[in-house]
Amino acid sequence: MATEKSLIAHLYRRAGFGTTPEMLEKLSKKDYDSIVDDLVDIEKFEELPDEDVLSRYYPQLSSCDNFGLDNVKWFYRMLNSKKPFQEKMTLFWHHVFATGWTKSEQGPSIIDHIAMLRKNCLSNLRVLLSELSADPAMIFWLDNCENHGENINENFGRELLELFSMGIGNYTEDDIKEASRAFTGWTFEQPMPLYPYGHFKSHFIYDENDHDEGKKKFLGQEGNFNGGDIIEIIVKTEACANFISRHIYNFFVADEPQIPAWSIEPPQDQEAMKILVHTFLDSDADIKEVMRVLFKSDFFKNSRFKRVKCPAEFIASTLKLTTELGPKDIRLGKLHGLSAVMGQTLLDPPTVEGWHTGKEWIDGGSLTERINYAVDLISDMNNTGSKDLVERIVASKSELSSEELVKKILENIGELEVSDQTHEQLLEIASEGPSVGNGKDSKEIRQKIIRLYTLLVSSPEFQLA
Amino acid sequence: MVTKSKKQNKKKDPVLVVVQLSGGNDFLNTVIPFTKGIYYDVRSYVGHKEEEVLPFTNDLAFHPNAESFRELYKQGKMAIIQGIGYENSIRSHFRAMDIWHTCEPNTVATEGWLAKVIRELDPNSVNPLTAISFGKGLPRALAAPGVIATSVDNLDNYGLMTSIEDDVQRMANLDVFSRMYTPKDEWMGDRHESGVVMNYLANTGSGVLTGADMLKDVPRKYKSSVEYADNSIAKALRDVVRVHTANLGTRIFYTQHGGYDHHAQEMPAHDRLMGELSQGITDFLTDLEEHNASDEIVMLVFTEFGRRMRDNGSGTDHGSGGGAFIIGNRVKGGLYSEYPSIEPSEWLNGEDLKHTFDYRGVYGTLLEQHMGLDPTEIVLGNYEQLNPFK
Repeated sequence: MATEKSLIAHLYRRAGFGTTPEMLEKLSKKDYDSIVDDLVDIEKFEELPDEDVLSRYYPQLSSCDNFGLDNVKWFYRMLNSKKPFQEKMTLFWHHVFATGWTKSEQGPSIIDHIAMLRKNCLSNLRVLLSELSADPAMIFWLDNCENHGENINENFGRELLELFSMGIGNYTEDDIKEASRAFTGWTFEQPMPLYPYGHFKSHFIYDENDHDEGKKKFLGQEGNFNGGDIIEIIVKTEACANFISRHIYNFFVADEPQIPAWSIEPPQDQEAMKILVHTFLDSDADIKEVMRVLFKSDFFKNSRFKRVKCPAEFIASTLKLTTELGPKDIRLGKLHGLSAVMGQTLLDPPTVEGWHTGKEWIDGGSLTERINYAVDLISDMNNTGSKDLVERIVASKSELSSEELVKKILENIGELEVSDQTHEQLLEIASEGPSVGNGKDSKEIRQKIIRLYTLLVSSPEFQLA
Repeated sequence: MVTKSKKQNKKKDPVLVVVQLSGGNDFLNTVIPFTKGIYYDVRSYVGHKEEEVLPFTNDLAFHPNAESFRELYKQGKMAIIQGIGYENSIRSHFRAMDIWHTCEPNTVATEGWLAKVIRELDPNSVNPLTAISFGKGLPRALAAPGVIATSVDNLDNYGLMTSIEDDVQRMANLDVFSRMYTPKDEWMGDRHESGVVMNYLANTGSGVLTGADMLKDVPRKYKSSVEYADNSIAKALRDVVRVHTANLGTRIFYTQHGGYDHHAQEMPAHDRLMGELSQGITDFLTDLEEHNASDEIVMLVFTEFGRRMRDNGSGTDHGSGGGAFIIGNRVKGGLYSEYPSIEPSEWLNGEDLKHTFDYRGVYGTLLEQHMGLDPTEIVLGNYEQLNPFK
């Protein structure tokens, strides 16, 4: 049976970017449901002071031809925001509406794109989809700027239905064409030319002269539809409720198969899906309500360690546990490249389908990067968090048995649960060398504690959230 | 030394190198039917001028930047499979790539075709380097339950807990690591997916441990006079040579060249990719020759779909009926299968090239005639094969 404390740690792994032992102690004075409300009602907490201060410290990343700095700023937010759930939710939508810098004549528009996701991360889905369709980065990414009244380009229309709202099998090729017609004229103002000026942001414009005013037939309805009408029809469908709920389940509860399998493989937890879909339809696509219900549900509480951490979660939560990371910390500047070698370049997903998730995050290369990174952080006593993890054990008043020592180590790493096999290995190390606790302190004792933490963050279980 | 390497030559196991062009390469602008008026009609924006293309037969020409391809073709080392695909070609990248990776166009499969090859070649997972993918992330073609494939992003710093300076401590930790990462049958009985995930993690971790140990001397041992260009495909192909020439028993190498999804602004982007790809492959072959290690290698270059016949004014949308290349010393160069008809009356759905050869037959050809394996279980059926080898 999960303790209240382990549930809070679980909630913070999923709705935020993990905890430190100190945070967990403070949080466990409140009851679980009110912690959920605090996380979800983000407007109750103040904004982070402008992260633009970072631009001063990383001039090498400050170029309008490079998005590394913006990636770094996002990590800074994940670690320091008073509303971690806002950042997590933004990350979620970035997975679903995967838009990337690579196709980037309007490169810096991607920065506005993420800001748009952040602003609307808990908005009603129809608001979010409308903002998304009017977002210059998205318009360029899926060529809606080339979608003309006379000559449609169906790229955006197709992905809006297939990847952003309904999923394959719930509409026809004709629906794609009709949706594309409805979005003709949704384009952006030409920014400064790329050559010789470089990359500049753009702004949305609606060009009514390029809009196809004709009658359209979409999902069985007929009318002189514009883009907004298409979104309105979409968000009322059960297919949309199912698709978005499954995305939410996949990201916040437990790993589902990859998206192309969704039209064939049913969701693993039908009861949970019923609750989410029902909430979505009842609330008329109120995402915030869906999330609140989700975090308070039993199926969520029973889903501890049933997801593989994505690289951004892995990096941010390991940092959170082991160190403070102020704006002047030079290690921030490395996070962009680091997340890339782990397989997730934020602001630059590989394709519009986003990243393959779950165990597909893990292969020999990415596992190596993850383990090495966590080992480096936790074994370095210059890190305030890592040092605190050791001090907490050294400070134990009574002598700790091997079992008690391992138990404390696990509690400090976000109440981690491990297999018998891993537990056995940790116990063996715990039983070697000097005993721990009872006010004793020595180099050997500290080395032993550090070694236990090092091995624990190398364990298969530490890869899970 | 010479006699030794000659001796090895005789016994060398066949090796397959796969190059995946991600995003859907525009075949019509790669191998161009430059004598057909219809090409210029449908590609008024996204087409190449007759005087710029590189003819290699009476009516086909390579992309203007692919001089290296023309050279390979002249040398008889390149087989072009025209019109490769499958019935009811899918236009979603995600799903289309899945179909190519699993040989299963109708349902979602969990086993990659090359993962099944690994299982054939190394049924007891003795060598984690039987298959290596260079780049970020393991492609689904190499993934299947219980199969280990190695994914290397940076060959020059590959290994676990490399920051622990004390070697004795590091080795002791790696020893504990190997016990934490021992797969357990009982995990598979877990009610939830998470048992499968634990086993997958354990298998991957053990593979890393062995593989890293084998790969650690590779960068130091490799020397070459070939200077590769600075781009992702050139870097990946150089890594293939580095590992292949270290003789670690690798039979499958996988690399990816991304960015082929040219809905807009196709001309400059595709030009660059064609130059990178063709030059990279030529440098790769030269490097292999220099190491006397080219005879056992065959390369497959493929993409998930071709693109629409008519351009959209700036790029081309997802289509079907793309092409593939088989390249190597033992290849009998030439044209294989038929170029899909470009007559508008024969376009698929009125807008696409219709494929003329099933991709599973190409896989089957490589597996049976090059790798010496029975392809039936791997490509899930019997498909017509080509005869592209000497």
